[in-house]
Amino acid sequence: MQKGFLTVYWRDMIRFFRYKSLLFSSLLQPALWLAFFGVAMASNFDRYTSGIPVPPGGFSIGYLTFMGAGMIAMTTLFTSLYGGIIFLFDKNWGLMREIIASPLPRTHIIIGVGLSGVTKSFIQVIIITIFGILLGVQFFLGYPPLQIGIALIGIFAFVGIFALGFIFFSSAIAISMESPEGLQGVITLLTMPLFFVSNALYPIDSFPSFLKAFSGINPLTHMISGIRYFAIGSDFYALGTHYFNTPPQIVSSFMGLVVFAVVTFLLARWRFSKVVVT
Amino acid sequence: MSDAIIEVRNLSHWYGHIKAVDSVQFEVKKGEIFSFLGPNGAGKSTVINILITLLPIQHGEARIAGYDVARDPEKVRDSIGIVFQETTLDRDMTVYEILEFHGRLYSMSKDSRRTRIDELLTLVELEAKRNTLTKHLSGGMKRRLEIARGLMTRPTILFLDEPTLGLDPQTRLKTWEYIKMVNADGTTIFLTTHYMDEADHLSDRISIIDRGKIITSGTPWDLKNRLGEDVIYMETTDDKRTEALIGKETEVRSIKRKERGISVMIQGDGTRVLPALMEKVREAGIGVEAVNLKKPSMDDVFVHYTGRQIRDEGLVQSVTKQVAGKE
Repeated sequence: MQKGFLTVYWRDMIRFFRYKSLLFSSLLQPALWLAFFGVAMASNFDRYTSGIPVPPGGFSIGYLTFMGAGMIAMTTLFTSLYGGIIFLFDKNWGLMREIIASPLPRTHIIIGVGLSGVTKSFIQVIIITIFGILLGVQFFLGYPPLQIGIALIGIFAFVGIFALGFIFFSSAIAISMESPEGLQGVITLLTMPLFFVSNALYPIDSFPSFLKAFSGINPLTHMISGIRYFAIGSDFYALGTHYFNTPPQIVSSFMGLVVFAVVTFLLARWRFSKVVVT
Repeated sequence: MSDAIIEVRNLSHWYGHIKAVDSVQFEVKKGEIFSFLGPNGAGKSTVINILITLLPIQHGEARIAGYDVARDPEKVRDSIGIVFQETTLDRDMTVYEILEFHGRLYSMSKDSRRTRIDELLTLVELEAKRNTLTKHLSGGMKRRLEIARGLMTRPTILFLDEPTLGLDPQTRLKTWEYIKMVNADGTTIFLTTHYMDEADHLSDRISIIDRGKIITSGTPWDLKNRLGEDVIYMETTDDKRTEALIGKETEVRSIKRKERGISVMIQGDGTRVLPALMEKVREAGIGVEAVNLKKPSMDDVFVHYTGRQIRDEGLVQSVTKQVAGKE
């Protein structure tokens, strides 16, 4: 029974690759964000911010590069928040009964779907990164191959743990709800503040203090810091703001995400232990 | 040790204030087909859901294959196969994937999964549909696939909740055949149904359940006999004398004259009474030209014990008749 979660993982991946339209749109959407929103914003922001002086020797990046990390984060957030929706459908269509009535421990169900969500996010990250670099996102600038490898591992670690956290979270919500419309509403309600009160599209330094405080505990902010640290560097200027991260800061961001994932896992486990499917 | 493979004692279940199952008690013997017969909402599915560990036990005791349902749900799950009332197939998985997924859920080894899937697809005649998505299967094929899935892990007991609900008459007959085949292979079968003919045709023993209570139990034969209203129809060379002659027998309740011949209501088992009656008539020098014994149907049994027809049955009756006609 040790490998039970792989069964759930296997099934979820079959479905992911079988729904061609869903697969295609989930991969295309972030690319479109980068291509339209990103390029449009970059052409404006770069004009306004080009006047802001960067100290001599400072490394300055364009807006497209800055928001490239934000797009990876946004995609991961959306995919993960919708990752748990399968439980709602399984429950409503009676498919959950087969699994619940089997000897498979319920935690394996959660872990299996969590891992398939992480896999989906990894595929998306790879596509966005390649597409972004083609559009002019300057990731891994001047990195030797080995460092690019390390950077990718770092990015995947952040994306992976973040994705797990939000899939567990959405699983907990989905298994507790009755209607897809309700779940849709809750997810939309969650996405907005999480996305806009983060450092995905702009620096948070000039936020009012309460937004800044919220942004500081927003898992999205911590994931984006991690991605930028690995993809761009520890010390750079963007939109007139100095970004400087030490390894301990990055480690603590990562640990914050680990704590988030553990808490949401426990939440999901509790919700699953309560669920009665007949 | 008794040979009971399912033992249920004093089982009750409430939904809020509504008592859906009321002190239900029964045993199922190893190797038999046991049916719960009752109308929709009688509590059949609730009992099944408790036995397959989908619902917690609120009151009472249940043991399956020697394991306590409340204390050893995992062991129980390992010993049973389930075919749910509604279709529970993922529309976007193939026939093969459905079985493979199930085998993996129950930690079957790769080899045993492969051989078992081959065996079962042959059994339910779905080899040709191996790589077809389940959404492209007909209703009967889906049911067969679900039965195959229920058998994937070689369970000691197979639970079937309304196995032929919504199937056309021919598919029903075919499904019955599969159920009998599976049972002949040694699998104990517990099924719920609200089709009289289904319970009658398949079961070794039946419990009639209504409003959460078991009203009566027995073999289909027993149940019908207990009504004691077998009817013998006779045509003789002298109906008048026959009537006078057998009217005195204690087993005979009443006699009706028909256009040709007579109709005799029998108290008790008509099959045992008939030879004696024939003997008597012949001894009196009367020739018997035709004879027919009719046992009460399960419909009669149900009405007798519950005092009413099975509810919402307009459609069902007509299907039942069609099937009966085909047999």
